[in-house]
Amino acid sequence: MNHLLEVQDLEVKFALRMGDLTAINGVSFTLDRSERLGLVGESGAGKSVTGFAIINLISKPGYISGGRVIFEGRDLTKLTDEGMRHIRGNLISMIFQDPMMTLNPVLTIGTQMVETLQAHGGIPRKDAEEIALDKLRKVHIPSPEKRLRQYPHEFSGGMRQRIVIAIALLTDPALVIADEPTTALDVTIQAEIMDLLLELCESEGTGLILITHDLAVVSQVTQKIAVMYAGKIVETGRTEDIIDNPLHPYTRGLIHALPNGRNPGTRLYQIPGMMPSLINIPPGCSFHPRCTISGDICRYESPSLREIPGYRTMAACHMLGLQKEQTEKDTAS
Amino acid sequence: MNDRLIDIQHLVKHFDISGGFLEQLAFSGGRIVRKRTVVRAVNDVSLFVHPGETLSVVGESGCGKSTLARALLGLYPPDGGEIYYRGSRIDNLTQHEMLPYRSKMQMIFQDPYASLNPRKTVQQTLEEPVVFHNPSITDTEVKDRVAEVMRQVGVDPSWSDRYPHEFSGGQRQRISIARALMVDPEFVVADEPVSALDVSVQAQILNLLMDAQEQRGLTYMFITHDLSVVRHISSRVAVMYLGRVCELAPTKSLFESPRHPYTHALLSAIPDLYDRRHTYIKLKGEVPTPIKLPPGCIFHGRCPHANERCSREIPPLVHQGSGIYVACHAIEEKRI
Repeated sequence: MNHLLEVQDLEVKFALRMGDLTAINGVSFTLDRSERLGLVGESGAGKSVTGFAIINLISKPGYISGGRVIFEGRDLTKLTDEGMRHIRGNLISMIFQDPMMTLNPVLTIGTQMVETLQAHGGIPRKDAEEIALDKLRKVHIPSPEKRLRQYPHEFSGGMRQRIVIAIALLTDPALVIADEPTTALDVTIQAEIMDLLLELCESEGTGLILITHDLAVVSQVTQKIAVMYAGKIVETGRTEDIIDNPLHPYTRGLIHALPNGRNPGTRLYQIPGMMPSLINIPPGCSFHPRCTISGDICRYESPSLREIPGYRTMAACHMLGLQKEQTEKDTAS
Repeated sequence: MNDRLIDIQHLVKHFDISGGFLEQLAFSGGRIVRKRTVVRAVNDVSLFVHPGETLSVVGESGCGKSTLARALLGLYPPDGGEIYYRGSRIDNLTQHEMLPYRSKMQMIFQDPYASLNPRKTVQQTLEEPVVFHNPSITDTEVKDRVAEVMRQVGVDPSWSDRYPHEFSGGQRQRISIARALMVDPEFVVADEPVSALDVSVQAQILNLLMDAQEQRGLTYMFITHDLSVVRHISSRVAVMYLGRVCELAPTKSLFESPRHPYTHALLSAIPDLYDRRHTYIKLKGEVPTPIKLPPGCIFHGRCPHANERCSREIPPLVHQGSGIYVACHAIEEKRI
């Protein structure tokens, strides 16, 4: 069975004067057609860089230093710029956080939509406009004919993000990468936008990679989750398994640190220490200085993702399965 | 009214954004007319804060929650209404008369990158308010005070000679909390203090704020849009929409049985980790602009229960018993 996207041992480095900085260190995952994956982590974990690396948009001094990105059977890291242009924005689209930054403020929405279509398919203007109208209708923009002639500043934040989604879907891509698409929006609008993304991905059979720091948002939309920490995936599995039964000490800490309305007023769980800077990632397991269950081996050997006996998720942790009792005690507290 | 540390009555704050005289001129019906554009940020807000409690003010961007906080602290002169601190009126004081109140009321800002002066060391930043409010204090006393507060907020006092850029976001927010605590305030307004922080750091800062409240008996006004944080830390919640309070209630009753239709919609939109298929209430239309407020109830255009009276008459905030206040005609008429 061929996957839509297969990322294998992806490695991204940034060449700096002090030496190479590893931003992504051996990330692997797969995504099937019409499957939705959440890439979760805190700032600096490497989730956005992973998104950019998939569409080969890492700009200097960054570069992809290893691994493969296989999309519909082709390795995207090997493609020429020309070849990549047929894929980027055409078969794979990206949605960014701030819709005001993505849209050109001096062009009407219509011009921007028609331009996109013409760049990718050489479609006649008239047909392109028809497609644009159709997509605006799909993202529930009222009176699209009138809206097509308007400029981005004439729309509210939520409307702008709908338009960005409409533009991303213009070419009927097989995969959409959405990088924090609702972080700049209010919760009622976030709910609408997420609902819309979900509805469109389901009806068009589009694959989705949702990059976000917000576990609650991911839990509503995706089927799979990959949790990233310091450039690596530390845990991955089905959404419900990870949310209801997180295994990796980092994932557990992340979920417990969220106020969940169950014990108001009590102290929240704190992950000790802080995220290491990419300049000095600790040797061995990069999480070991903050970990509550780390052992000797964690200090010198980096764990790889493996299946944990008795569970359906994969986690990169030496101690899991060994110290089952302690793990459970820790979860309960 | 001893149970009220802060009492805000009918507060109004408008911003005139019409610009210069020439920019105000517009052509209408063949004549040149002068037009003013006014943003009605806070309209007739009445709230009170009990000593020792945490009152959260929630709402979406543009609802006037930050303006309310700033007007309360005297950072914006209000255009109407009255503000009382322990029973004495403070909104009409001169700068000089306001001084003693300024050290009792402090503020913590959202962005720890923007709220600390990059050219001042932590020591200088923390010293300034103390020396300003107690000119007679000795150098050693100041140093001790800085070290003590730094220890309390979890920043190593030996780092006091460093500059803000040498600290992470979480540590900077600790420093801005330290700055607010330096003058021993009674009342602290925190404007989105954790919104710019990562989840694990957010938990640390919330714990720090809760600890400080317990140790010092602080009263908080928490301005935020994050409802799960609100549920965790506050004793009461005020929900704002377009410059008005639509509901004010104890946290538990607000989250368990919201009354106002807007509160309903807002709460239903929070994604819940453990309820993955929950549905949210879709509001029709969009938030109107505060430049041209709708007549009557500001929410009537989007409300599923609105009738003719709602489009005409502004509903007052009415006490419903057990500390719950709601501004809604439909509730008053027992239609919902």
